[in-house]
Amino acid sequence: MPPQDPDDRVSALLAHADDNLVLAQRLGEWIASAPELEIDIALGNIALDHLGVARALYTHAGDLQGEGRGEDDLALGREERDYLNLLLVEQPNGDFARTMVRQLFFDAYQTPLWEDLSASDAPVLAGIAAKAAKETAYHLQYSSSWVIRLGDGTEESHRRAQDAVGALWRFTSELTEDDRASYRDEWERLVGAVLGEAKLEVPEDPYQRTGGRHGYHTEHLGYLLAEMQWMQRSYPEMKW
Amino acid sequence: MVKAGTLDISAVTEAVESVVDPEIPVLTIDELGILRSVADEDGRVVVTITPTYSGCPAMRQIEDDIVAAVRRRGVHDVEVRTTYSPAWTTDWISEEGHRKLAEFGIAPPTALQEVVCPRCAADSPRLVARFGSTACKALMVCSSCGEPFDYFKSH
Repeated sequence: MPPQDPDDRVSALLAHADDNLVLAQRLGEWIASAPELEIDIALGNIALDHLGVARALYTHAGDLQGEGRGEDDLALGREERDYLNLLLVEQPNGDFARTMVRQLFFDAYQTPLWEDLSASDAPVLAGIAAKAAKETAYHLQYSSSWVIRLGDGTEESHRRAQDAVGALWRFTSELTEDDRASYRDEWERLVGAVLGEAKLEVPEDPYQRTGGRHGYHTEHLGYLLAEMQWMQRSYPEMKW
Repeated sequence: MVKAGTLDISAVTEAVESVVDPEIPVLTIDELGILRSVADEDGRVVVTITPTYSGCPAMRQIEDDIVAAVRRRGVHDVEVRTTYSPAWTTDWISEEGHRKLAEFGIAPPTALQEVVCPRCAADSPRLVARFGSTACKALMVCSSCGEPFDYFKSH
């Protein structure tokens, strides 16, 4: 059930904002080094969508908190332990197959999430979610088509896509652990259809890592934050 | 300088409506459907806009341009608010907007299978890239005249 306590509502907004900010930062790392110009532009566009959603959610969370904290304070002024993003989004880009499988897993998670939140009785959140829902649908088409193309492509692309599924699967139970059971069903349906068409196998190893939603992260987030927060840490409250 | 109480909101509205999109300079923000309202709140002009895409990098420029347009009318107390609800849709682009987009060489938003080349009007162009030069566009190429062109994504 969506949390109702004001602190819980702020935490939930921050968790979703952190997901989108961290993934945007990761996708941004591809700029100028993607396999093709069109992919470079696509990843930049997807990153911008995630960043825009994060900004709107941070601003809204700051307003609800009522302590005068703006989007920059919340996005750049917190410690690693305070970030509530999923472990999946902080995982390194790896090769292009790894990035696309990560995107597929995340898009399939955000699909039911935004659909649900766009019916929320909190008007600001509902508006942000309604906008994000359309963007996520577009992202999902992109990530699905690439995972299918890579998985059902050459021997080399199949091997890389299968490696990616194997490496990232352990971060997938966390995607829906705090949310509704229906999210899980939808996630499994979306991901299962793509993996099936892509001829990719789900690992049998049941080992799963969780903790991101409670601030316990993998070793990768600290490095990402160090780079992302450097400017604000060196020049506090600087603005463009 | 306009004194309090003498705010001519219709003139200010007209000025705001004529602000153009920096990425698509043939379209005004009114024709694009991102201008929601212009209001007089006790002498302060409050302009409400809604983004096309969550991460549209032009929004900041548009805000600055709105403030400048209002100030050119002599009103200095101006605030731009962003609203996400209801979410913008390409359905809000006016008829005039559609015509101007096509004239500018951008295929206006429609179902993908109904897109025609803005230059030679041939149908069945090929989608080259789902993501184009800006968040709101995809890249297509005409199967008749061979020209690449931007398509404003139906959203």
